[in-house]
Amino acid sequence: MNKSNIGILVVDDELIVRESLTKWFHEDGYRVGAAENAAVALKKLQENGWNLMLVDIKMPGMDGIELLQRVREINKKIVVIIITAFAAVDTAVKALKEGAYDYITKPIDPDYLDHLVDKAIKQQELVLENEKLKDTVTELSAPADIIGDSEEMQKAMELVRTVAPTDTTVMIRGESGTGKELVARAIHAGSPRKFFPMVTVNCGAMTETLLESELFGHERGAFTGAQYRRKGKVELADGGTLFLDEIGNVDMKTQMDLLRVIETRQFMRVGGSEVVRSDFRVLCATNKDLEKAVREGSFREDLYYRLNVFTIWLPPLRARRGDIAKLAHFFLEKYSRAMNKPMRGFSPEAMHALKAFDWPGNVRELENAIERAMVVSPGPMIQKEHLPLDGAGPVMADGKRLEDVERSHIFQVLKECGWNVSRSAATLGIDRVTLYHKIEKYGLKRDQ
Amino acid sequence: MNPVTLLRLGDADRGVLDLLRAELAGELGLPVVLSEATPDISGFFDQERLQFNSTGIVRLLHGMFAKDPPRAEVQDIRAPKVLGVLADDLFIPVLTFVFGEAQLGGTAAVVSYHRLQNERYGLPRDPARMMERLVKESLHELGHTFGLVHCMSQECVMHASTDVEDIDLKGDAFCRACKGAMESGRNDGVR
Repeated sequence: MNKSNIGILVVDDELIVRESLTKWFHEDGYRVGAAENAAVALKKLQENGWNLMLVDIKMPGMDGIELLQRVREINKKIVVIIITAFAAVDTAVKALKEGAYDYITKPIDPDYLDHLVDKAIKQQELVLENEKLKDTVTELSAPADIIGDSEEMQKAMELVRTVAPTDTTVMIRGESGTGKELVARAIHAGSPRKFFPMVTVNCGAMTETLLESELFGHERGAFTGAQYRRKGKVELADGGTLFLDEIGNVDMKTQMDLLRVIETRQFMRVGGSEVVRSDFRVLCATNKDLEKAVREGSFREDLYYRLNVFTIWLPPLRARRGDIAKLAHFFLEKYSRAMNKPMRGFSPEAMHALKAFDWPGNVRELENAIERAMVVSPGPMIQKEHLPLDGAGPVMADGKRLEDVERSHIFQVLKECGWNVSRSAATLGIDRVTLYHKIEKYGLKRDQ
Repeated sequence: MNPVTLLRLGDADRGVLDLLRAELAGELGLPVVLSEATPDISGFFDQERLQFNSTGIVRLLHGMFAKDPPRAEVQDIRAPKVLGVLADDLFIPVLTFVFGEAQLGGTAAVVSYHRLQNERYGLPRDPARMMERLVKESLHELGHTFGLVHCMSQECVMHASTDVEDIDLKGDAFCRACKGAMESGRNDGVR
């Protein structure tokens, strides 16, 4: 702490007090000023750099309490310590209620004075540091990766901005790869819960028992291998946001458990008997036709209504072709930095091909295609032949999930067969019932 | 080079001042003289508080030794220095007590050994310990007259102390930075 950067203003009508305290703090290395009354003090406050004020409660004209009120109106960050001639509890309480940091009685114990001022300044530094950190978090957590000037995307983002600051449950819907998790992150980042975690549960990736343990945690010895108590995602999301991705893939038992915890914000760990409370906001996402699932009885109606409070639909990439160029350049720049490979852009033919492609895997598929093109491109310009868009087949980048590959492949075959299910099933080497299940599972539609 | 003058005030023990003179001369590297003058400080005694007003004493000493009137701002660091020593307790009106007071970058300083004695805290008398504390506080106040402010280093005698434990914990000499600042100020008159 460099004390010469810290300004202390002594406000007292008694010259001897002003002189004594000024000298005392000056010897300590602080920058010190003095004012003989409230009016002079307020004038001095127009200068920047006052961190702390020592204000005598009893002064002719405006008294210390009134000055304190005025200071709080001007600058809440300035710490005010009230000096009283004798310990009058009622005035001291009043001063504290008005926002004074503390009060001291004259004559002041020098040890206490130093301790109090030191403590007040350290606390002020912490408050300022905390504000800076919050600003930094806000800046860093800003949803920078959501790109789209199209009307559809702008409408979706307007809804994000509207709902983010509330505590409303949001259901994000759209095809796989449209950026549902990014939107969830944007909602979390724009909410008052942003300083707490956003915990994501991929409901489609786990078995029933694993999902239960993942959501609610478990006690030690709850099952073989449970050597320690483990907190679940619901508990970890306390204060923050619980994002249930692929909610449409949750089994009936877990749907019941989820409904209960969403309604009560209470649950028990697996193998436990203690009721645990967690304060979280729910966001969920799905690419499934949940309404159909409700009609068919595979998704609980009560859970559906509990989750479907505010819905944001994300358009597929082919419905916002105007965004393809901007997204392509964004990913080019992103991977250019990541690979340390300077790139100039796309040839006109390459850009035309990008815009013409249907992108069944949406933005995720576009991103993969550009990453792969950058790997194979020898020069700084991506050419059409670097893009894996040959024929009708979609891009299958390395590292892509098997489900995505299967979905894209089935979609392409269905397209090639004019959505004739028997022909498509024969081409794929599976029976028609299995194909119907796959079409339903991946939410494939003729008009996609 | 101007010497540092020590003044015995009130009932201060002559032997204590003799010892102090030798210790200060060693640390400051300056001639330290013990004045035979005995200024009357009775006017600065507060009957209610039973303490001497240190600010008044500092002003009196300044008037005795400096040509110019005292100023609020840092004054000429090369000015002659005078340190008054007394056995009675000191105060400044806004504080319950002070161990000493000095003009920052000025001429006069005062120090009391009233609160530096073990017996004040119910402990056995320990003249050596009291002397150590007095040397530290005297160097501290004289350091202020050379323009030094409180030092963050606990090893340095310019570290702030508001109780005897603080005095015992801190070092008994100027740290390199404070010594350097004091010497450069002594030579060219700037802090």
